[in-house]
Formats: sequence, structure tokens, C-alpha cells
Amino acid sequence: MDDSTHTLEKTVSIVNDLGLHARAAAKLAAVAGRAGGGAWLISNGHAVDATSVIDILTLACSRGMTVTLKVDSADDLHILEEMAVLVNNGFGE
Amino acid sequence: MTDGRNEIKLVGVAGSPGICIGKAYLIDTDMSGVEVVEKYFIDSKNISWEVNRFKAAVKKAKDELSAIIKNVPDDLQDHVHILETHMVMFKDKMLYGKTIETIENEQVNAEWALKKTVADVREMFRDIADPYIKGRVTDIAHVSNRIMQQLLGTTTVDIGKIDKRVILVAHDLSPADTSQIQLDKIKGFVTDRGGRTSHTAIIAKTLDIPSVLGLENATKMIRNDDIIIVDGESGIVIVNPTDESIIKYQNRGQEYEAYKIDVAKSSHLPAQTVDGVSVKVLANIELPAETGHAKEYGADGIGLFRTEFLYLSRKEFPTEEELFSEYRKVVENMAPKPVTIRTLDINGDKVVAYDQTEEEANPALGLRAIRFCLKRPEVFQTQLRAILRASAFGNVKVMFPLISAYEEMVQARDALDTAADSLKKDGVEYNRDIEVGAMIEVPATVIIADMLADIVDFFSIGTNDLVQYSLAIDRGNRQVAHLFQTLHPAVIRMIRQVIEVGKSKGVDVVMCGEMAGFPINLPILLGLGLERLSMNPPAIPIMKNAVRSMKAGDTKSFMEEVFTKNTAAQISDLVHQRFGDLFPSLPDITQ
Repeated sequence: MDDSTHTLEKTVSIVNDLGLHARAAAKLAAVAGRAGGGAWLISNGHAVDATSVIDILTLACSRGMTVTLKVDSADDLHILEEMAVLVNNGFGE
Repeated sequence: MTDGRNEIKLVGVAGSPGICIGKAYLIDTDMSGVEVVEKYFIDSKNISWEVNRFKAAVKKAKDELSAIIKNVPDDLQDHVHILETHMVMFKDKMLYGKTIETIENEQVNAEWALKKTVADVREMFRDIADPYIKGRVTDIAHVSNRIMQQLLGTTTVDIGKIDKRVILVAHDLSPADTSQIQLDKIKGFVTDRGGRTSHTAIIAKTLDIPSVLGLENATKMIRNDDIIIVDGESGIVIVNPTDESIIKYQNRGQEYEAYKIDVAKSSHLPAQTVDGVSVKVLANIELPAETGHAKEYGADGIGLFRTEFLYLSRKEFPTEEELFSEYRKVVENMAPKPVTIRTLDINGDKVVAYDQTEEEANPALGLRAIRFCLKRPEVFQTQLRAILRASAFGNVKVMFPLISAYEEMVQARDALDTAADSLKKDGVEYNRDIEVGAMIEVPATVIIADMLADIVDFFSIGTNDLVQYSLAIDRGNRQVAHLFQTLHPAVIRMIRQVIEVGKSKGVDVVMCGEMAGFPINLPILLGLGLERLSMNPPAIPIMKNAVRSMKAGDTKSFMEEVFTKNTAAQISDLVHQRFGDLFPSLPDITQ
């Protein structure tokens, strides 16, 4: 993995009690939806489309789980940052 | 009116009390409409037209929901976030994108493509173990159903626009549906789905209109414009009632209304027998929101605050902050009246999905209640700290469920001390002197009540478990349920023993099991010397009235007779014979 791709990823852990539940997933998908390229959520080697609430829910992320956020394009780094902040803040709950 | 159809009686779960009679208005909120969707192929040159038809349907469905969200009344604002999540799902790739892909790739009609997509999504959720996440399939169904209704051109039932006084009959009512219910239009509602703690049940209580839930097949048994009777007390729905039934229920409805007005006048007054014995009539609650009901019904305090609710339907154990804020609401709302918080009583009948260690062959005899808490000190400490913190805001008592040995009570008290010390160290406010009690639910505890009395401030008799463990009867087992006898001579003797210990050692005794909420048991309870009874809130005014109609002195001699009887049936006959006429024509609201 070279540096340029590495910076397109961020590893965070789920801090809110309910894990990545429906409302949280909706918030995350809303942010990811603004990305020009692809935005992904990866957990246990399984990648889902971060713009899809339904896809995110299928990961069944609970509190304490580590997930990797990823964007395809360097133009979307601010989106990556925004997603990471959202997760780290427990989705503002 | 009855067009030759016979009267049918359906039994479900009582959602919210009251009786209403009216015409059924069926609303199809089920995905069953989707099952009859036809599949047909679209000519390749018409594909883009079909895709646009789908997009238009989604847009209309979204606009419709967005209008509903705008009109949600203030007192239901808490439920709006569910609808907002639904809004986001409309354009979700897995639903929206996949349906369009299916139309294009398979050249099929939009309805079929949507149906297939939803089936795929359901499949994705099928293997998810987490019950919360799995439950989100319902949200996806609500969303896709709205789109489907637009596609099929079936007039979506706009509950907000119903202009007849009707009784809603639905498979299930989504939060969006219930938030639109207009009280002046809807007399009541009945649903196939939903249990006592379902979202629908909670809303039914908030709306305070009669409802019966969990009827399984109401939408199949009831047709539009059928006359139905909804009895929200006993959870009964009568379809195509005979004239006699209509008259009977009209009378009962009027009786209930009159009764409600009548008891409302006196429910806030203390309950005292004719000869001046005061009885504290307390409430059993499960949700903080029930505190309001408890007060309305005139509770002298909360005798049992079950605390499992915050631990269920979620992914992880709740935090101290969450627990504290919920406890505090109840405590502040009831102050200065007491709130008795029962510590966690899980594993057993209420299994916490996220903390299942292994299947137990006999959960009722397994790692539950205080045993579970003592084994999981971190879970226990979190709750005890929250309880102690809430004690700074009112009158809090704490009690431990399923105590079966002296040392368990010692350990529970030590745990409370540990929690208090840690709060002190953290400089957090709490009340060090709250009353501490043991629940009496196990025969062994009755027998050692004299020893326990030295280390508790009160006993609380939980009759449901005490009967189950004394008589070795599982009430959920149809084969033996009839043997679950609260008036079994052994049960009455055990209660007597606990009360005698309480009197001689100066320890208060409360009864918080179901037995405490039935007026017909009152002569025995008073006769045994119980002066604190805790029950479901709607039973409070009834019990208060019953207390006022009795003379405690009469019950003492009556008890001597009770103790000469050998069977529960004989005891029950004796009570009816001696006191039956004291409780005439009471609506059987407690059943």
C-alpha cells in the first residue's frame, strides 16, 4: 500500500452505545452521499457502500468495533474527514 | 347489519383501556398487497419510461411522507426521527438503485423489480444475529410499501384524511401511521401485530383511545364496514356482534366512563378502611412514561419500578448516564412520594440478546436477577451508581430481586456500599440513607425472613415468582397453568410468616405481585395485615375504593376461618361468599 492510497483511508471505532443503528447510518450515508467518487465502510474485511443506509446496516456494527472508512478519490478527503468526525463523535448522540 | 354472519370473538393483547363500538376501516399496511404483484416484460424501447414511472412513484411517496412529518403533532415529535430515517431510505442504492437496475437488466415492470429487490434485501438481513438490526427490515418494508402503493395506484390510505368515526383495522401500524391518527376521527384501533412493549402499544397509551393489538388475523377476519367492538381492557374484539353483545358493551362502555369519572374524584385521596386502617396503594411501572399514568390513577408512590426496559431491544448495556437520567425523571416526577427501584431482573424470562453466554436448561432456576448482577459487578455497579445518584432528587428505595440466601443480601448491600463510596470519591451527589429491601420470591427466603430482617429495611413480596417457585408451576405451560393458585394454603401461610416477621422486627412489608391488584384478594391481604400494595396503575382506583368499603376488623376473624380450609378452591369460595357482594359490578379492568 503506497502513501497516496493510505491517506484515503481512516480507521475509527464505534463509540455510541447503540452501535451503527438506523439513524446513525442515515447520518453517515448523508455525508458519504456528497462524495464525488465512491465512499466505503469496511469491517472484518467486508466492504459496504457508505452511501447506502441499508448496506451499512448489514454490517451490524456494534459499540467498540473498529471500522475503516475509505474514499476512492483524493478530492473527497474532506468527506472522509467529516465521516470520521461523525463516527468519533458518536453521531452526535 | 350482520348479514347473517355470526358473531366472532377475537382475543389479543390489551393495548390501551376503554371500550368502543363502530365500523371497521381496514387499512392495508401489510406487504401482502405486494404478493399479488404481476410480473410482465417491458419492451426495450419502453424501459426508460418504466424507470421514470418508478422514479415518479418514489418522488410521490417521498413527498407524501415528508408532508406527514411536517404534520406530526408536538407530543409525538419523539417519533419523527424514525420517519426521517425512512426518508433517507427512499433513495438508498440497495432499494432505489437496485430496482432501477433490475428494470433495466431484466426488462421487467417496476412493481416486480421492486418486489424482487425487497426480497433480496430481506435475504441480506436474514442471517444477522442482532435483533435490533434485524428489526430494521420493518423500516425497509414500510418504505418500499409506500413506493409500491404509488406504483399500483392503490389509493394510499391517508389516515389523516379519514372523515368518518371509525375503528382502524390494520396488520400493523407504522410510526408514520399512528402519528397521523386524529383523535376526533378515530374511535380506536386493532392490529394483527404488536405486543405489550411494542412501539404501537406505547403510542396507543399516549393517544389514550381503546386498542387491542397482536390479534394475529384481525385483517383477515374483519371486513370493511363490519361492526366491531373493541374492549381495550380485556384485549377482546367482537366482530359482527349480536344485539345483545352491543347492548352489553354499550352498558359496559358507559359504566367504564362513569366509573372513570367517579374514581377520578376519589383516586387522589388516601385509602382508608371503614375502621380507619390506612393502606398505601402503589404502582408497578416499567417505562418512565408510565409515571404519568401512575399519578393520574392516584398512586401513593411507585412500589415496583422494573428496570429491564432500558436493557432490552438494544445492542449493549446502557451507560450510567442513560440510566440515571431515566431514573431521575421518574423520581422527580413522583417526589416526595417514594419510588422503589428493583435492580435488574434479567436472564430468565427477559433475555438480553447481547449478553447471552449459553443456553440454560432451566432459566427460571438459572443465572438471573441478583445472581446475574453479583456475577457481573461492572453491570451492577453502573446501575447502583445511577440509582444512588437519582436518590438525590427525591424519595428512592432500592430492592434486590430473587434473594435466596442471607449472604446474597449481604453481598448486594456491599455492592451498594461500593457504589456509594465511588460516588463519594467522585464528588457526586447522592443519598446515603436510602431504604434497602429484599424481594421475597423464593420459599427459602420466607423461611429465613427473620434473619434477613436484621439487614434490610423492607420486604417486598413478589407473588408471581413466589407462587411459581413454591408450587413448582410454570404459568406459561398450558398443561399446568390452572394449578397456579395464588390462594393456595401454602402461599397464604408463607405471606403470613413474612408479615409476622416484619411486624416483630419492625420491617415494612409490601406486596407487588399480581395478587395485590385484585379486589377479591383484599379481605385476605388486609386480614394478614398488609398495609402496602403495589399494582398496575389502572387497578389503583379500584383497589382504593375496595379498601374504603371494608372493615379491617372483620378480616381478622375471617382469616381464622381461611386457615381452616385445605384447598385454594375452598378459600376462594369462602372469600366470595363472605365478601363477594362488597365488590359488585366492578368493570373487570384488572384482568
